[in-house]
Amino acid sequence: MKASSGEPRGRAGVWLALPTWAALGLFFLLPLFILFVISFGQRDTYGGLKPIADFGAYLASGKFLANYARSLHPIYLQIFWRSVWMAVVTTLVCLLVSFPIAYYIAVAAPVRRRNLLLGLVVVPFWTSFLIRTYAWMFILRTEGLLNRLLLATGVTHQPLELLYNNFAVLIGLIYGELPFMILPLYASLEKLDLSLLEASADLGAPRRSTFWRVTAPMTMPGIVAGIILVFVPSLGQFIVSDLLGGAKTILAGNLIQNQFAIARNRPFGSAVAFELTAAVLALLFLYALYTKKKGQDVLL
Amino acid sequence: MRSAAARERRVGARAERMEGRAPKKRRGGRLLSAYAVFVYAFLYAPIAILVLFSFNRARQTAVWEGWTLEWYRNLAQNDLILSAVKNSLIVGIGATAIATVLGTLVALALGRYAFPGEGFTRGLLYLPVIIPEIVLGAALVTFFGVLAFRLSLTTVVIAHVVFCVSYVAIVVRARLAGFDRSLEEASLDLGARPLATFLRVTLPLITPGIVAGALLSFTISIDDYVITSFVAGVGATTLPLQIYSMLKVGVTPEVNAVSTLLLAVTVVLIVIAQKLQQAPIERGETS
Repeated sequence: MKASSGEPRGRAGVWLALPTWAALGLFFLLPLFILFVISFGQRDTYGGLKPIADFGAYLASGKFLANYARSLHPIYLQIFWRSVWMAVVTTLVCLLVSFPIAYYIAVAAPVRRRNLLLGLVVVPFWTSFLIRTYAWMFILRTEGLLNRLLLATGVTHQPLELLYNNFAVLIGLIYGELPFMILPLYASLEKLDLSLLEASADLGAPRRSTFWRVTAPMTMPGIVAGIILVFVPSLGQFIVSDLLGGAKTILAGNLIQNQFAIARNRPFGSAVAFELTAAVLALLFLYALYTKKKGQDVLL
Repeated sequence: MRSAAARERRVGARAERMEGRAPKKRRGGRLLSAYAVFVYAFLYAPIAILVLFSFNRARQTAVWEGWTLEWYRNLAQNDLILSAVKNSLIVGIGATAIATVLGTLVALALGRYAFPGEGFTRGLLYLPVIIPEIVLGAALVTFFGVLAFRLSLTTVVIAHVVFCVSYVAIVVRARLAGFDRSLEEASLDLGARPLATFLRVTLPLITPGIVAGALLSFTISIDDYVITSFVAGVGATTLPLQIYSMLKVGVTPEVNAVSTLLLAVTVVLIVIAQKLQQAPIERGETS
């Protein structure tokens, strides 16, 4: 797309972008490409790559798709399905919890406190995901704080097994991703023209229909951005499920990590990584179409 | 992808609208305020508990037995932690230095020039942030393996540069969009050479953005676990890797203490970065 008339044209832009092209081309695009190529290979007995003697025969035998075929085994499909539904639940809960908060910060809170309230969301946005997940491990473990509280208040008589299950993973995901939903919602609500809401109310619309017919459609860009920002990382999550989940809560991210670090089957791990990447890119493609239609600002 | 000028016009229009707007009435009432208190408590209570218990005398960590700094003293004598801190600082500073230079240059390209490959450049900067970390880690370790590149601190720095460049570029680009090109044009019209204009006008104006981008880049670098765990060689254990291996073995007060320290450092850096990003444009002109 052409830039505005004011922007000088020519090679200067290319020279300024060149170092980044080189760095990301070499250390980002090329590695992804190699990963993609390797996903069609097979591992040898030592965890390396099996050399291919005759490419024609290898292609003709269809063995190059073996890793992708293997990933369709019910054991793995179950893992992908779990990743998807957990990401969906996380996204929905984050959306429901975040909307009123974003509305509160953008519209309802006293103006002088608004920056502070926003800052309090921004700080967890940037702080260590690992430590924020660990905090829940500390609270939920059998000898942890929550169990002591439950025992002391007599809710239970023996400690509950609160960690290493779906529930703990969902709590961790929701907790970790919440700021990523609040911020884009806030950005949209902050731009909302309140006089439209007043007009709707003045014309006699009940609050509910004002919300569904005015507020929600006008903040849709923020809602969609928030959904992307929460759903995509949840889908590829590794830390939360590794620390708070048990053997039955393996997600796609754990499967990939396992193939690289423990099972040493890199070709298979690469294939799963690419399936994950393809899913993410498909979502982003839809998102790009959406923002293009709306003519909405992009970050860069 | 809109032009900077169009965006500036829109931002200007928005500012006017906001000034014209009457002071907002309180909307939503007490229920909403109470709900807000609850959500903020949910966001902060787990972190607060962690910090609090890093000062707890009890080794069996769920019972409060009084204040102590013993766990922090233990950290100072723990060679594994100290070397992890050192590694994290090397990686954080190294990756940030490189990423800040690359990110600032590419932000200038995007913000001030029309050039072939603009769209590609934007996409290239988005991808490392958006692609699941686990995929980036897997790709890099495979790449280093194919090249027979030994995993070390260097490979960690390279990996961190890949995802830090984008953050710097985004923050600096936002800063560039925030002020009028006419300042630079005036300088050029008055006869200043492009380089002088850059050094005397553009650079002072975007410096808060560059510093904010660098601070954020340093923060994500010292916090990163997933990608680092793939590309760190023997002896290249960073602080998050050290914390991870400690808490895999068991929850101890030392983990709480080291987590608290890492949190404290990142929170301070983030707050400074936030202030810089909000710094008014006029401040840049005085230098």
